[in-house]
Amino acid sequence: MKQKKKKEKISFFTRVKTNKELLLLSLPGTAWFFLFAYLPLFGILVAFKKFRLTGSNFFTSLLSSEFVGFDNFKFLFSSGDAWIILRNTVLYNAAFIILGVVLPVIVALMLNELRNKGMAKIYQSSMFLPYFLSWVVVSYCVFAFLNPEKGYFNSVLAYFGIDGISWYTEKSMWPFIIIFMSQWKGVGYNTVVYLASICGINKTYYEAAVLDGASKWQQIKYITLPLLKPVITILLIMAVGGIFKSDFGLFYQLPQDSGPLYPVTNVLDTYIFRALKTNGELGMSSAAALFQSTVGFILIMIANKLVSKVDSENALF
Amino acid sequence: MSSKREERKKAKMIDKMEAEVCEYNKVKKPTNAVLNVILAVMSLISILPFIFVVIISLTDEQTLAMNGYQFVPEKLSLYAYHYIISAGENILRSYGVTILVTIAGTVIGLFLTGTYAYALSRKTYAFKKFFTTVITIPMLFSGGMVANYLIVTKVLMLKDSIWALILPLCLNTFNVIVLRTFFKTTIPDSVVESAKIDGASEWRLFFKIVIPMAMPGLATIGLFLTLGYWNDWFNAMMYIDSQNLIPLQYLLIKIESSIDWLASNKAMMGINGIQIAQNMPKETIKMAIVVISTLPIIFAYPFFQRYFVNGLTIGAVKE
Repeated sequence: MKQKKKKEKISFFTRVKTNKELLLLSLPGTAWFFLFAYLPLFGILVAFKKFRLTGSNFFTSLLSSEFVGFDNFKFLFSSGDAWIILRNTVLYNAAFIILGVVLPVIVALMLNELRNKGMAKIYQSSMFLPYFLSWVVVSYCVFAFLNPEKGYFNSVLAYFGIDGISWYTEKSMWPFIIIFMSQWKGVGYNTVVYLASICGINKTYYEAAVLDGASKWQQIKYITLPLLKPVITILLIMAVGGIFKSDFGLFYQLPQDSGPLYPVTNVLDTYIFRALKTNGELGMSSAAALFQSTVGFILIMIANKLVSKVDSENALF
Repeated sequence: MSSKREERKKAKMIDKMEAEVCEYNKVKKPTNAVLNVILAVMSLISILPFIFVVIISLTDEQTLAMNGYQFVPEKLSLYAYHYIISAGENILRSYGVTILVTIAGTVIGLFLTGTYAYALSRKTYAFKKFFTTVITIPMLFSGGMVANYLIVTKVLMLKDSIWALILPLCLNTFNVIVLRTFFKTTIPDSVVESAKIDGASEWRLFFKIVIPMAMPGLATIGLFLTLGYWNDWFNAMMYIDSQNLIPLQYLLIKIESSIDWLASNKAMMGINGIQIAQNMPKETIKMAIVVISTLPIIFAYPFFQRYFVNGLTIGAVKE
């Protein structure tokens, strides 16, 4: 045992020596990860402190700030908003996770079965396009329809003699709008992933199935879907880990940060952003951010564990 | 001789059978028609909103004020675009900021991603495991928005610096993994080994052999980065207050106040300026900025699509 340790120690330096060129290649990227991914981990401590910036040095002020334990968290969860925000975040994400698997798989299956492959390409290109637009641009596209005075929807309503809707203050419509737009923007991207997997399936499986008299449905049910399982599993694990995160632009830009809509559009990310940038509440926003990261980490570990127990091949790590 | 002919005959028969099976397994024509209709409607819904914005930007301002947004407006006008070209210094400056950030970010990002991914792709690299862990941990657990904000503004001191728009986006775990997989699958070990035997250093090998061979992979990552930078407004919203560093996407967010500011700025330049400000097509100009900020993406779309599909397919494959 001792000998083995010694051996490793010697070989560590020789390993550095023989690998020094590759180590040098790893260096720039490692430096970036240190500055932009690992250094912020110290910033987590702000959540347990009554942070005050004294002087210009962040770290000395962090150390000298008063330690308050879990007070920031207590304060966060005692506010009535916290539960609404958590409910919004989790429910929207649950909808996105389910639709984000079901819709693209259906679209990919439809594209795959089309007789005219040329048209399939055109459909795919059209549906992929929204993914390339930023949420800011998308919010203008949506505004063209929802603008209360000039928007297309209210013109149509007026044509039928119905009073226009004040879309940006009427919160009952927004859960649908948000879910619809998230799929509108994302379905093309996910379709590409699933379509690539479907195209990669060995054709002889289907030929054998046809000779055995399998119908199209049976082929999909017993060949395509089971073979898509690994891809779906990995994407699901990642999605479950991100159930407390949300696409900031979707919840902030699309409703144009409209106050009356907060009850149905406020999610953890927008809450943290507003607490940080508008109110400057470092303690509470960092507590919320740490809560988000921690729960996400725990969930992704649990999801991965469950998957590896059921089916170790499909686990993420 | 005859056996060969027979074999060929057999092969032909098998081909024919396969073709028959294939034909038999295709969806029936009515089903195909239904699928086409569903997919065509979905495609239309996907592209129509942006086309609508283009039409609005080309509508005459007065027609717009009277009739609202319409798919077929009574009167068209290019005035909004004329206005941007002749009087929109701020808009053009924002365009410049976006272009600068996109180019610089893509180049820096490609260098960082490429070097890191190449080292990881080498089988003989003794620290492969360690450096894989270095990039995996941030994917599972991150400091979050507030911690990032504090580090970037209070430690790295990048508030109101163009680097705050460039550095946070230039490297990420997903890109490294995609490129590493690409290097692994496209560059044969024999090539690397023979170059090593000839005495090439790893850096030389990377720049002279790996980069030229891995162009499609680098193009994929390059386009991921380009799109990320071009469409980014979040970092600007977090870190930028200065009027000179506002990228296009952020300008679109600030536009209500920006347009008034544009007008007042012009008004200070004299009577001519006041006239321009009064004639400013406020509604259509917004949509015109949306269009010109998206145009480069639309033009590059065929490239984007091809390489994105490539990258996504590699990214979805587990090691």
